[in-house]
Amino acid sequence: MKSFEYARPETEAEAVEFLGTNAGQTVVLAGGTDLVSLMKAELVTPSRVVDLKRIPSLREVTRIDGGVQIGSLATLSDLAQHPLLGGYRSLFDVIDGVRAIQIQGSGTIGGDLCHLPNCWYFRGGYGLLAMDKGVSLPEVGDNRYHAILGNSGPAKFVNASRFAPALIAWGAKVRVISKVDGQKSLSHNSQSSTPNLHEEWLPLEYFYISPKTNAQGNTVLKPGQLISHVWLPDAGNMTSATYEVLQTEGLDWPLASAGVCVDVEGGLVRQARIVMGHVAPTPWLANDAARLLIGQSLNDDTAGMVADAAVSQATPLSMNDYKVQLARTAVKRALLKSVGKLEM
Amino acid sequence: MDREPVNRSDQSSRTGDAGRSDSTNRSSPEFNRRDFLRGSGAAMAATAMAVAATEQQAAAQQQAAKVVSAAPHPVKLNVNGVDLTLTVEPRVLLIDALRNDLNLTGCKDVCDRTNCGACTVLIDGKPVYACSRLVMDVEGQKIVTSESLLSPTKTDDVVTNFCKHDGMQCGFCTPGFVMAVRGYCNQNPKATVDDCRKGLGGNICRCGTYAGVLQAAFDTAQTATPIAKGGA
Repeated sequence: MKSFEYARPETEAEAVEFLGTNAGQTVVLAGGTDLVSLMKAELVTPSRVVDLKRIPSLREVTRIDGGVQIGSLATLSDLAQHPLLGGYRSLFDVIDGVRAIQIQGSGTIGGDLCHLPNCWYFRGGYGLLAMDKGVSLPEVGDNRYHAILGNSGPAKFVNASRFAPALIAWGAKVRVISKVDGQKSLSHNSQSSTPNLHEEWLPLEYFYISPKTNAQGNTVLKPGQLISHVWLPDAGNMTSATYEVLQTEGLDWPLASAGVCVDVEGGLVRQARIVMGHVAPTPWLANDAARLLIGQSLNDDTAGMVADAAVSQATPLSMNDYKVQLARTAVKRALLKSVGKLEM
Repeated sequence: MDREPVNRSDQSSRTGDAGRSDSTNRSSPEFNRRDFLRGSGAAMAATAMAVAATEQQAAAQQQAAKVVSAAPHPVKLNVNGVDLTLTVEPRVLLIDALRNDLNLTGCKDVCDRTNCGACTVLIDGKPVYACSRLVMDVEGQKIVTSESLLSPTKTDDVVTNFCKHDGMQCGFCTPGFVMAVRGYCNQNPKATVDDCRKGLGGNICRCGTYAGVLQAAFDTAQTATPIAKGGA
């Protein structure tokens, strides 16, 4: 591992101050379950690591603005035990799928959202786009775990976040903070803002990008920015579920997943949102498919029909057409699970 | 590999690897790995006191600093109940400090990428992969390693149960497994075998001794005293 400075801010303002704005120079450390491995492999070589663990406000879960605000440094086991989150079943499904108490105790929700892809070409040092001498390695090489949707551009990796599908289905927003750059502050949330802090709330579905160059990264975060909180609207009448297709019983990454939220009244679906994970460079919103459910009763047949629609645009690569079936199954089972009709 | 005394040639390479081992242990003709592990707690404490005395003042000055340079800095740790100060660069990982600086070689560096669990230690009672934690990051927290499970006067239940149910073959994953079991059972007393199977998914045994490990975990859970409410 290359050597680096270590900064331990105690407030959000200090965090963005220490973070600076030089691209590639500083990184934010949360649970470290992945970043430390990336630094060991020298895929991430910061000159300064900003450890956020000593900032109390980043670990709180509070009721706020018609919803619940979760600090990005809250660990999976913090969330699993939190009384305010009881109505968000899909989050528990994700935590339950992370089959390692070591990761549950250290891994954070913000770290998961910013998790870099597990694409083995990226991890082998070929960059996010996995190009070698102008050739896309996932196109010509082993692409069994790569994207089956949204893969017509240069990015073939799949988004690694396990919470993102569930959170986007809930309509979550993220609070992105950075240092005030001399211009007027856009801050409007006086409760947690300080004069040196610029904050912006962004719907999570707009947070991820499918990059055209390696330097773009896979999120909209610019140097000097970090996610401080995640906000979820009140659960209301919505019920939710996540279904992850896992290859092994132990600690593993899903091959495909789906996070869904549905509002069922009088046996008929009034609202539905479906987001697939691990199938595309970004979490994949299946809005058209979800619309087919409106006014229907949610049962084995309609869930199957909607799941077919969700993967109907899939364009699998040479070795991953099996993932189309897995993604379809994830959607169908998540829908049935959300209304308690999944029998395993 | 812990079952047989280590031969002389192996021993010299081992102590060489481990770095600053206790000199009396090294020169003893009867020295073997098992005795070495038993003695390492005391040896560590002695080393720690010496280090602590010389560097206490520097540590106090550093505590206020919120940004530390890439150079070595004193860090206050509490390992197996002993307060000590280590001088390390910010990039040093907990596993390397435990193994190389403190001679606590129970936690094993196997996958080196937060997958296999062989490096599991408890930090403030929670099982953590030591291969993914910076030493700086655990300053002031209570670190407990597998060495703490065995003392001249007391053998932890988890050790007894692993022996009873033959929960190991080559033994490489075992120190990580026993710490994961200890941490899991503390948080989930009365866990069932199925609970244990799920809770211990973060540890891998390539010999496939899961049946014995799970039975040992189940037995341990039945007698565990809860230290934290709820569970993961």
